[in-house]
Amino acid sequence: MNRREFNHLLFMSGAVAVSGVGLGRPAFAQAAEGGLTAIIQPEPPILQLALNQQTPTGVVGGKIYESLLSYDLKLTPGPQLAESWEMSEDGLTYTFHLVKNAKWHDGEPFTAADVVFTCDDFLKEVHPRARATFDRCESITAPDDYTVVFKLKEPFAPFLLAFETSSAPMVPKHLYEGEDYRNSEHNQTPIGTGPFKFNEWVRGSHIHLQAFDEYYGEGQPHLTEIYYRVIPDAASRSVALETGEAQLAQWGDVETFDVERLSALPHLTMTTEGYEFFSPVSWLEFNCRNKPMDDKRFRQAVMHLIDREFIRDRILFGLARVATGPIASTTRFYDGDVKQYELSIEKATALLDEMGLTPGSDGNRVTIDYPVPPYGETWVRTAEFIRQALAQGGINVNLISTDVAGWASAVSNWEFDITTNMLYQFGDPALGVARTYVSSNIRKGVMFTNTAGYSNPEVDRLFAEAAVATSDDTRQQLYSEVQKLLVEEVPVAWLTENQYPTIYDNRLEDLIVSATGANGNFASAKYAG
Amino acid sequence: MNDTLKTFLTRKTGVIGLVLLALVVALAVLAPVLYPASPWEITGVPFAAPGEYGMLLGSDTLGRDIASGIAHGARVSLLIGVASTLAALCIGVVLGCLAGYFGGWVDMLVMRFTEIFQTIPNFVLAILLVAILNPSLWTIILAIGIVSWPPLARLTRAQVMTISTREFISAARCQGQSTASIVLRHVLPNAISPIIVTGSLTIATAILIEAALSFMGLGDPNNMSWGFMVGAGRTVIRQAWWMSVFPGLAILITVVAINLVGEALNDALNPRISRS
Repeated sequence: MNRREFNHLLFMSGAVAVSGVGLGRPAFAQAAEGGLTAIIQPEPPILQLALNQQTPTGVVGGKIYESLLSYDLKLTPGPQLAESWEMSEDGLTYTFHLVKNAKWHDGEPFTAADVVFTCDDFLKEVHPRARATFDRCESITAPDDYTVVFKLKEPFAPFLLAFETSSAPMVPKHLYEGEDYRNSEHNQTPIGTGPFKFNEWVRGSHIHLQAFDEYYGEGQPHLTEIYYRVIPDAASRSVALETGEAQLAQWGDVETFDVERLSALPHLTMTTEGYEFFSPVSWLEFNCRNKPMDDKRFRQAVMHLIDREFIRDRILFGLARVATGPIASTTRFYDGDVKQYELSIEKATALLDEMGLTPGSDGNRVTIDYPVPPYGETWVRTAEFIRQALAQGGINVNLISTDVAGWASAVSNWEFDITTNMLYQFGDPALGVARTYVSSNIRKGVMFTNTAGYSNPEVDRLFAEAAVATSDDTRQQLYSEVQKLLVEEVPVAWLTENQYPTIYDNRLEDLIVSATGANGNFASAKYAG
Repeated sequence: MNDTLKTFLTRKTGVIGLVLLALVVALAVLAPVLYPASPWEITGVPFAAPGEYGMLLGSDTLGRDIASGIAHGARVSLLIGVASTLAALCIGVVLGCLAGYFGGWVDMLVMRFTEIFQTIPNFVLAILLVAILNPSLWTIILAIGIVSWPPLARLTRAQVMTISTREFISAARCQGQSTASIVLRHVLPNAISPIIVTGSLTIATAILIEAALSFMGLGDPNNMSWGFMVGAGRTVIRQAWWMSVFPGLAILITVVAINLVGEALNDALNPRISRS
């Protein structure tokens, strides 16, 4: 090695450090008066929302595509492409009456035939979550151009929550019929019924949407256009908001530690509303197949050792609530009246002693492997914190850092002892919660299933009954019971209900109006005055 | 040898480097005495500025003592620096000797093999290796060793080539000494000084590569290291400069010290530089 190589290396390691705080970049796209420039990160792989439901696709695609219903902040269904709907007494038949003046962006009218095609054909082939829902239908029919009837095989209580935009985006039958859906050329030029139509996508720079003049909403949309700018560097995203170059950031666009500073700026507003439909809950997952995680006392001891308020305050900078159990407090059927695990090393060690898990000569009772989710700093800090917390009880945690594919493979193939994970709840326990705990969903190799391997016939029964019960009171009873049972059993150690900041220019009004917030269609958003 | 030592001591920068290096080594050795608790232990209030709550250099985002992290990090940095350089020396010197002493097709083969490694940017290769092997102390040492040996191999080859044509080597051959004995007892001892100098600089590079790897989150997550501290503190640098500045200084001082020592060593061991 010579001096030049050495200097080169020195320079290189310096350059890495500097790029983290690189400021500014030329503005490629700036919205005109009455338009909105928003941040999108990471860049979505595609905008066809029926084919891809990753968060960035939902943010941009949510303006182009729509589904039958919208949901307010309390998750109550409201009209969208369906102006009204009824459910039969037996809970088996749902009839939707569609708006009559909706059009696709290419000018064709939107009719019931599109809905039948989308739900019975397109989504069943390409959308795993929608497939699970519409497979419950015996038939989906269109008695006339503006009426759709769904007949279910058995009652399914959260059926009305299945019509959120990313869960069931309507696609045009006249373009897709007979095509290979996944490889159709129409996927590159998305055509929806939403208030904004796709205009241009410059990869790595921006996505440009234009107001759709023939939108069915009276006088909507108010915004003339939306630019979604791709800004990969976190510091540059903050600067774009600070300087007013961008007027909106959502999800994880702004790093948690920067949220407070930006929200305090006079021209910006911050809200954590508009994520109710997703309501992510994070937890420490146990591999319940392995010793000692198979013993409930071990899992309870872990609950006693982890200071979840510390995670909320110090790692998530206050952008979270401490989770009390499997169902998020922001969704339906939450019950907070469950066993509390206070922070107590004595209680934890007593439980571990009772199990016969005594400290060895090195002071460790047991050593377990923890693959750290590679989704950014918060997860790494949480892992480091949990390792120290469990060490107080004599549990030695060996952190394993890995990449996205490696982590998903380790978790889905059950090659871990503990790990952290976070799942969306999709508005109803039957859609987003049961999947983590019921034994019928223990599927090796599939991510976001019951990867903990927890199996309890009583839990299975309660979730199954609650999914088909038609009265909300019965469902509440069943879900309250299952929450009590799960919190006693601790199949996973719930950490926090994570909140996300939506930071936007405070001249914007009626921007975040639904349970899907920044993923909503922005038909009502406008500038004040 | 006395002469060499004298020359070394006349180089002021070398002495400064040696003192700094001695301080770092002392810090590494005394870390368990100065800070008996694990550097991962949350000992105080998060975001404490230097001097607050009895923490000399402040605390990080979780309330871990920065000073303790730097002391324990010194052990990791030095261990990785020395061990990976030894690994690189083992590979480089063996291959360089083979190529230089035997020449011909052995030389061709070994040098083409070396060039394969030289054409790949070494930091990129190190990232790749660590990512594939899963980051741990030993895989990082291995990865840095693997990317650091080609310059040592080339240098050894050149040294061995010039020395093996000298008369005293021919004399040893005529005496019927075995090849192994000639290489180990006659060639290598006479070729070693530039290798020592380059080796010392390789330690500095290895420390930098390790810091860069940990900075990018590819360090051993169970061992505190300076690069990790800079990486973890970088995001909050506007709120808390001390979290990244102190470990950054530690890297800087150590690497500069090793370079100064290497420089002076080069002067001392190089017979062509006049000794005043």
